[in-house]
This record gives sequence, C-alpha cells and structure tokens, in this order.
Amino acid sequence: MKICGPKLSLCGLIVSVWGIVQLVLMGVFYYIHSVALIEDLPEFEYENPEQFYTNVNNAYNQNAFNCWIAACIYVFTLILSGQQFYANSRSSTA
Amino acid sequence: MGSLFRSEEMTLCQLFLQSEAAYACVSELGELGLVQFRDLNPDVNAFQRKFVNEVRRCDEMERKLRYLEKEIKKDGIPMLDTGESPEAPQPREMIDLEATFEKLENELREVNQNAEALKRNFLELTELKHILRKTQVFFDEAAPTLTLTRSRYQQMADSQKDEEQVQLLGEEGIRATQQGQNLKLGFVAGVILRERLPAFERMLWRACRGNVFLRQAMIESPLEDPSNGDQVFKSVFIIFFQGDQLKTRVKKICEGFRATLYPCPEAPADRREMAMGVMTRIEDLNTVLGQTQDHRHRVLVAAAKNLKNWFVKVRKIKAIYHTLNLFNLDVTQKCLIAECWVPVLDTETIQLALRRGTERSGSSVPPILNRMQTFENPPTYNRTNKFTKAFQALIDAYGVANYREMNPSPYTIITFPFLFAVMFGDLGHGSIMMLFGLWMILKEKPLAAKKSDNEIWNIFFGGRYIIFLMGAFSMYTGLIYNDIFSKSLNIFGSQWRIVYNTSTVMDNKVLQLDPGSDAYLQYPYPFGMDPIWQVASANKIIFQNAYKMKISIIFGVVHMIFGVSLSLLNHRYFRNRVSILFEFIPQMIFLIFLFFYMVLLMFIKWFKYSASNVAPNSSACAPSILITFINMVLFKAPNEPTKNCEAYMYAGEGFFEKLLVIIAVLCIPWMLLGKPIHIMRERKHQNLKPIEPVENGDAEVGLNAQEHGGEAAAAHGHDNEELSEVFIHQAIHTIEYVLGSVSHTASYLRLWALSLAHAQLAEVLWNMVLAIPLKKSGFSPAILLYLVFGAWAALTIGILVLMEGLSAFLHTLRLHWVEFQSKFYVGAGYAFQPFSFEAILEAGGQAATEE
Repeated sequence: MKICGPKLSLCGLIVSVWGIVQLVLMGVFYYIHSVALIEDLPEFEYENPEQFYTNVNNAYNQNAFNCWIAACIYVFTLILSGQQFYANSRSSTA
Repeated sequence: MGSLFRSEEMTLCQLFLQSEAAYACVSELGELGLVQFRDLNPDVNAFQRKFVNEVRRCDEMERKLRYLEKEIKKDGIPMLDTGESPEAPQPREMIDLEATFEKLENELREVNQNAEALKRNFLELTELKHILRKTQVFFDEAAPTLTLTRSRYQQMADSQKDEEQVQLLGEEGIRATQQGQNLKLGFVAGVILRERLPAFERMLWRACRGNVFLRQAMIESPLEDPSNGDQVFKSVFIIFFQGDQLKTRVKKICEGFRATLYPCPEAPADRREMAMGVMTRIEDLNTVLGQTQDHRHRVLVAAAKNLKNWFVKVRKIKAIYHTLNLFNLDVTQKCLIAECWVPVLDTETIQLALRRGTERSGSSVPPILNRMQTFENPPTYNRTNKFTKAFQALIDAYGVANYREMNPSPYTIITFPFLFAVMFGDLGHGSIMMLFGLWMILKEKPLAAKKSDNEIWNIFFGGRYIIFLMGAFSMYTGLIYNDIFSKSLNIFGSQWRIVYNTSTVMDNKVLQLDPGSDAYLQYPYPFGMDPIWQVASANKIIFQNAYKMKISIIFGVVHMIFGVSLSLLNHRYFRNRVSILFEFIPQMIFLIFLFFYMVLLMFIKWFKYSASNVAPNSSACAPSILITFINMVLFKAPNEPTKNCEAYMYAGEGFFEKLLVIIAVLCIPWMLLGKPIHIMRERKHQNLKPIEPVENGDAEVGLNAQEHGGEAAAAHGHDNEELSEVFIHQAIHTIEYVLGSVSHTASYLRLWALSLAHAQLAEVLWNMVLAIPLKKSGFSPAILLYLVFGAWAALTIGILVLMEGLSAFLHTLRLHWVEFQSKFYVGAGYAFQPFSFEAILEAGGQAATEE
C-alpha cells in the first residue's frame, strides 16, 4: 500500500534516523544531568537549594523521558517511511 | 617538478599523415584525447574545405537521428543507453549508416503522413458526429413550444418545411412567417474554435444586421488537432437565415473565421441515418488508426535500441572530418600536414596510437610526429583526477594559469576546506555535510551513471570531494569551538569551579568567576574551548570574539605570506631575477615587518599576560593589540600606563617598532621605482652596443630565445613596452600591493564575522524552535517535541547547512581568489582543449537535452 511518494518517504527516513540518534542522545544527556542543557528546562520557583535540586532533578528526568518518547515515535515514523520507501522502490523497478 | 604544481610541459608538433591513414589515425587520437590541433587554414571559409562534403553528410545523418529521437520521445519509448562508446566506424560504413537512416526516416515520415491524414479524417467525422448530436438538441428544444403553437397556427403550417421552421424559431418565427409572404429559412451548421466564437457572433450580427439567428453549444471533450497534436476545444454552431444573399454572406464569414461547415440534412430521419453512418465509419477508422500506431511503435522501438549508438558513431565521424578539415594538404596531395599541441610526457602514447591507426588502415608508411620550435605561448594543461578536478575548476573559474605558472590548486585542497571550516565550525552541521559528501563519494559510480540534468545536483555531485572535506574540517573546528548545534560537549571536564557559598549563589542573579582565583584550576581545557563558556551567557560572545578575531588575522597573514612565497617560486622558475630583487623581497619585508609583527604581538600578549600573574604581567595590564599597532604606524607613544603596569610589552619596543615601520615604508619606493629604473638602465646599456640584427628576422629571434630559455618568456613582456608604461604598471602594482595588504588583512576578519554569525544563528534556532517543547513540563510535550524536532531539522538543513554553507563557501572562494591569488597568480593563460571524443560526445549529449 502506498501513501507517500518516493521523495517524501526518503525524507521521512532521513529525518527519522536523525531524530532517533539525536533524541536518544539528548535523552541520555538529560538523564545524566548535563549542565549544558540546563537552559532547556522548564522554569520553576525555588526558595532554598534543596528545593532547587529536587526541582531540577525532576525536570531533567522528565525531559529525558520526553526525549525518549519522541525518539520512540520516530521509530514508528522510521518503520512507516521505510515500508513506504520499500514499496516505492519495488513499484518503480517492476 | 611534478605536474601537480605546474601545468604540463607542452610542445608544438607537426604531424605528417598519409591521406589513406589520416582518418584512422585521427580516430585513434580522438579516443586518446591528448592532442589539440591547430587550424592551419584559418582564412579558408567552412565551405571551401576539403572534407566539407563529408561533414555535411554527417550533419544530415544527425538531423535524421534527431528527428527519430524526437519521435521516440514523443511516444515515450525508453532509449537503451549502454554507456559504451563504439569506435568510430570506417569511412565506407558511412554509406550503410546513411542508407539505414534514410530508410527509417522515410518509413517514419510515411507512417506519420498516413496517420495525419487518418486523424484529419477522424476529426472531421467526430465533428460531424457532434454536430448531428447537438443540432438534434436544438431541434428537440423547439418541440414543446411546437405543440402549443401548432394548435394555434395549424393552418399556417402547410408543409413539412414550414413546420420545421416553426419548431426552430418558435413564436417569433411564426409571427414573422405570418407577416412575411412566403418565408423560406435556410441554415448552415459547423464547428468553430471556442475562443473565436464571441468575435464570430458579433461579426455575424453586424454583417447581417441582426437578420441571422445563431445557436451554439460547446463540445465538452477536447479534440485533437491533427497537424500539431494539440488538444483544442471547439463549439458547434447552427445559423439560420433567410434568402440566398444572406447565405453567401454567412458562408464567407464562416470561411473567414476558419469554421468548418458540414452538411446537415434537414429531415430528422435523414439526420438519424447519417449519424448511424458516421458512427460506423468512426469505428472503422479507429481500427485503422490503431494499426498505424502499432506499426509506428514497432519501427520506433527497433530504432530506439540503436539510437544512442548511432549518435555516438555519427558524432565521431563528424568530429574526425571536422579535424581533418583543419589540416594542410601537401603539394603532392599524398599526405596531410597537421600542427598540434602535445604534452611532452605523452609523446610516446601518441606515437603508439598513431602506429595503431596506421595498422588499422593497412597503410605501410608510418606517420611522422615532429617537434617544432615556437614562440607562441603554449596552452595550460593541468592533469587532474576525479579528486583534484573540482579544486582545479575553482581556480580555473577565476582564470586559467599562464603556461607553467605555479598552480594554486594543490594548496587549495587543504586551505579551502580549512578556511571554510573556520567560518562554518559546528560539529553537528559539519557532520551532516560530511555524511552527504561521503554518501556521494561511496555511491559515486551509480550516481554518475544516472547522468542527471539537474544543474544544482550536478554542481553538488561535481564538488563531492570538496563537500566531504569541508564537512570533515568543520567537524574539527566545531570541536575546537566546542559547538554542536550551539550546545557544547564536556568531554574532558571543565576546568572551572564554583567557589561561592550557598547564600551568595542564592542571592545573586549573575556571578563572576575570576580566572586568577581558585575558580579556575590553572590548566586550560585540553582541547578547544572550555564547555563552561556555553552557559556564560553574559560574556561568552566577548570572550569568543577576542579569540576568533585573533586567529582570523593570524590565519590571514600566514596565508598571504605563503602566497607571496609562491611568487618567489614563480620568479625563480622564469629566471626573473629583477622581480625577485625589486618585487618579492620588498613585498615580503613589508608584509612581515608590519603584519606578521602584529601576529607576533598577539602571541607575546598570550604568553606574557595572565590573570594569575602579578602586577606588570597581570591581565589588567595587557595592552590592546590593535591600539598598539595603530600607535606603531602613527609613531605615537602609548598612553600613560595605569598603576604598576608598563607601557610596552618588552624593553625597547618603541624603538624596534619605529625601525620596522621605517624599513617597511622604505620598501614602497623600492617596489615603485626599482624595476623601472633597472629596465631603463639596461636599455641605455643596450643602446650603447651596436644594433644587432635580431629585431628583423624571426629565425634569429628564435635562436636567441632558445639560448635564453625561460628567461626570454618572462622578460619579453617588458621589451617592447614604453618606459612610461613600465612606470605606470609598476605604480599600479605597488599601490595595489600596499593598499591590498592592509585591506586584505582586514578582509580576513570575515572569518571571525561569519563564524560568529553562524554560531549565533544556530543558537537562535535552538532557542526559538527546539527549546519550546523542552521548556514545558509534564509528559505531553513529548508529542510536541516529535513535531518540533522535524521543523527544527528542516530549518537546520535549509538555513544553517545550505544557506550558511553557501555563504561561507562564497567567502572562502573570495579569500582564495582575491586575498591569496593576487599575491602570485596571473591567470592569463588559455586552457588546453584536446581533441577528444569523450568531451565532444558529452557536449553533444548536453546540447541535445537542452533543445
């Protein structure tokens, strides 16, 4: 079954591979609490260091999981566009 | 020296070919593609040459092939392209080829003519069919009114014909009949192009003073115009009128508007019968048309198999005869004499090819290849492979090197991607670019076989090695800048620590870390920028600017000094001692004493001053290099130093700088006057000597030039120049160089500017796009992240990699063409264009696709 053409499916393949690699890595970096990503966290209020630390740790873990979820969705996109690409290449050679 | 650094050594050769063997020999040389023939009969026009007849025959064959190709393309039949190149056929095979093409063309033309006639016939019948169908509607429409009118005016309708008129014209017609005496209405029916209809209607109205009645209906399906195969829309019309005079007038108008009129019987029964006849005839025609199409298809499929092959053969024959036309005919008519440029290293291969050609033609007399002496500038031939080709193309786009001039392209292979990467430094963007280049390199053969017509793709594919190298170098500079999609990597661990206590951190929005204190571990980050700078939002740019500006100037000055040193190699090769003394040395001194000294100052500053040092060497005492340099050139004393600091970086700096500037300034008159005065004195010296007869005879000049070798070539340029012109030229060169070194040094700052712009743009894109879902809490942003990531990826490719990459590429190109090459490169030569079948076929193929 064909839904998208050869160009779109190729595009989807490339973006999916890229997305999986980058989002998984970003998830890992969030999970190990990388300082470089501290600017990309949800904002929150705090009054003392303990509160700050708990909040920041939560936010880091949350973002790590979000990245991994997005990566998982990209796995689906990858499978879908891969199947489309395969279907297109078969129909074009046949 | 290797041919990579200079163009190939060329020699002019005379070639004697026996008339019978000439064709085969030239064919072999064409396969080889290493010989550039010169036109020996430039005054003879194209129609008076020896082989003009053969060339014309080839043109005719090519025309026939193009016709075949056009027909094949029209039918969408795939053409077999094996990519192989058959050898040029023997001249006698030409007749066979001609016969084959002639037969094919005639057959095809006949088929086409028949098909066209059939189609015209078909069109007429379809139009007639439509007329009958539509007019039926007109007649039927009138039927309901008829019943009404018939009862009222039954007595009026005395004949069949009158009844018809009543039907058609309704009440008005009957009224007219009533008032008129013996009214007889006639009508014509036909078909007209739809866009002509309004004008046609108006014309009819005006010319007949409103006395005709026009009904029209559109034909919904488009009809095919048999002459050009276009789909056209037409309309059926029917015109009623009274009297013969109007009839002729209406017919004239129809003719004028190219409307086709068809006979339409008046009785409904006749019409029905006619429609039946038309339908059967259309069906018959359809079968005949189908058979004609089948036949045409079979002919074309058969031709498509060989078409490319034939094209190659014909183009080769034509190229050979075209080349033979450039040759001189010997007095005895027994042999042809050619002159050609040949790379010295390839003479052996060419000899071999000639021998092969002679054997093939069965001739017993071997061809003679004779080296000649000449004073003409030989063409520039840089041997390239698929890797160096793109770089050479970048250089040649500026100007083809003079013969045996230093070729900048070997150095460009490294400096070009490097300077590009300084501007494009980002690990992420670099790896995207590198992967794209790598993919093109790995898939080289299948991609090259596709032979795409897309110009942009061909540019990318041609520059695949450049793209790969640019990407790889950008990854390196990205690591140095510690930049990956505007984030940094903490690979080795930052060398900075927070030294403040909890309350200070809690109470202050912004805090400073002093590199002199314990906050800095006193060892730099092992590789590139410390990752801590990425979170230092307040002074990150200030810190990086200082670094990037300085390295831009350092790279620039080194690049320019390298360019000037290459000019030394040029002068030495051409034994141009005068230019070394009066151009190279002062140029070098000027550049080193002013600009390289500034680079040294930067290093001194870097080594000497540190935040952890005490008073005269502390960071607070560090002078600004730019101010120091400006003061140095203006002979100004530095400003009063602040407490505990010293005005100069080292003892005796003031004196030393003055000395440098004075020497550098003295270089300007040295460059300006040295060479012209030298030439002037030399000429005076020559005038004292008795006049040699050298100027008169060409032969003797030749002897002289031979003795002096390369020197003559370089010095030659000035010999016949007016002395005033020499002065003016030298003045222009000097001013260009002196002003150029200032402006070119500043021009290298574009390395910093573009690098800054690229980093900032990447950061903005991250913060404005990808950071949106990351800054939201909860699990729902995951879906948003999925969508936003796609947008961010597209923008990264489109803006940061493609557009920024293009702009960095252009700036790099400019730095090479202007700042680097102006130091040594003349680029006023002409390229070696060997007679090569490969090039001719490629050009022929491209021209064909453009048509």
